[in-house]
Amino acid sequence: MLVAGIKSRPLYKGLTIEPHAKRHIFALEGEGALALIDQKAALDLTILSRSEILYVARGSKGKGHDTTLLGLGTDVFWTAPTIATLLSRLKALLATAHMGVRLYVAGTEGFIGQAMMVGLDHGMDSASIITEHRGSLARRVQCVHCKGINEEVTASPFTCSHCGLTLLVRDHYSRRLGAFQGVNIDAEDPGSAPDPEELFL
Amino acid sequence: MSGGREIPVRVTKVTPVAERIKRFRFERLDGKPLPYFSGGAHVIVSMNDFGHIRRNAYSLMSPPHDCAAYEISVLHVEGSRGGSTFMHERVKEGDEMNVSYPVNLFQPDWRARKHLLIAGGIGITPFMAMMEQFTREGANFELHYAMRTRDRSAYWKELAERYGSQRIKIYCDAEGMTMPLDRLLDSQLLGTHLYVCGPSGMIDGVLRAGMEAGWPEQNLHSERFLSSLPGKPFTVELVRSGKTVRVGHHESMLEAIEAAGVDASFLCRGGACGQCETEVVNCDGKLLHHDVYLNDEEKAAGRKVMICVSRFEGKTLHLDL
Repeated sequence: MLVAGIKSRPLYKGLTIEPHAKRHIFALEGEGALALIDQKAALDLTILSRSEILYVARGSKGKGHDTTLLGLGTDVFWTAPTIATLLSRLKALLATAHMGVRLYVAGTEGFIGQAMMVGLDHGMDSASIITEHRGSLARRVQCVHCKGINEEVTASPFTCSHCGLTLLVRDHYSRRLGAFQGVNIDAEDPGSAPDPEELFL
Repeated sequence: MSGGREIPVRVTKVTPVAERIKRFRFERLDGKPLPYFSGGAHVIVSMNDFGHIRRNAYSLMSPPHDCAAYEISVLHVEGSRGGSTFMHERVKEGDEMNVSYPVNLFQPDWRARKHLLIAGGIGITPFMAMMEQFTREGANFELHYAMRTRDRSAYWKELAERYGSQRIKIYCDAEGMTMPLDRLLDSQLLGTHLYVCGPSGMIDGVLRAGMEAGWPEQNLHSERFLSSLPGKPFTVELVRSGKTVRVGHHESMLEAIEAAGVDASFLCRGGACGQCETEVVNCDGKLLHHDVYLNDEEKAAGRKVMICVSRFEGKTLHLDL
């Protein structure tokens, strides 16, 4: 069960290197590492010397993506223990960045959404941030009733971890929040919600 | 008419500004306030040249919050098709004219952290209104203004006095000054938007330099109004209205179609906005696309034509009008 076909649903066009950028910042999460590793052929010495990787392993921890990323030979390679730490470093980088810097984001949708928000907060246009979805389909969902954010939602309907309502996950997406919208599915008749389906594994 | 409703106005002031540049002030005949506009907007001024209607787009340069009057500046273009000559030689204080409602195809991006304005010559006019609005909104901006000579250029003195030398930078060719474009582009903080208005070659150069400096296209904005180029006369058949229209040497297709009494849609009359896009039903010959609206593929396909600036050479052209 999914409310689909909504225009705000983000599209992730895939990671391509912008040849004219003066600085490339790659924010990568988990399997998102592979999006950059697959671009290895395009990474010449000039691009590598201008590139900075911020990586958080999460689900793919132990798969060795960090070693491969380090082996690319970028100017800076940094691993973050959590997404929050990575985002805080990204904020610091963008706060002093100049035009000509390009932001690339790859990983799960929840991660892309949050990294995009950092970019937007620093005056970047969403269309100029280069994104690729890799890994789990899990969504970041806002409960439209209590406004609580639920991370890593894989099923619909699901129970809001903040207010306990049963929420239907819609394709309706907020760029400002970096989250999909979850709407109470059994408001008229509590308890009548259908069984959850694992839609976003 | 399809460019939107017109507003009857009186020319209340004509001011010589610099060599070949005059400023015109328009107030409504009925004494009411004019509609608000936003910085970067233009109006189409209708000129009745002995029964022949000329319509040119001019950027509004007066403060956008001032609804008492609209002001434009007109450069007398050498070898022009007649619009700027008409404005310079025929329009006097007290005359009645018509202007369109304002349209903005050069809207500032209000999410910008900073607005970097680059003007060449008479391209300064949309920025005059924009800077007024930026000032009222407390937005951060900087103007870089290139000109050939100071005596042939408008408003540089007033602008420097109004906004100060930190915000207004002037580059005068005759004094050997050139705009340090690459340095400018490399030193802007993230979230800066660039706007350029001036001669076509300058706009192309600035946009290209922006892309080469790694700026995303979303942060690069430009406005150019092209004038319809003169060319060989030709005939066009209007399929829906059943009329055959002769387009003269100095006339645009749109002007000839209007003169034949067919109401065609338009907004900018300068090949920029896309409003006058017309379907080509049949074409035996060559369409001379002069607009900047259609992309190269669309131009090559030959199924659409922007009748405000484009021409035709060949045997037959049938349009869906």
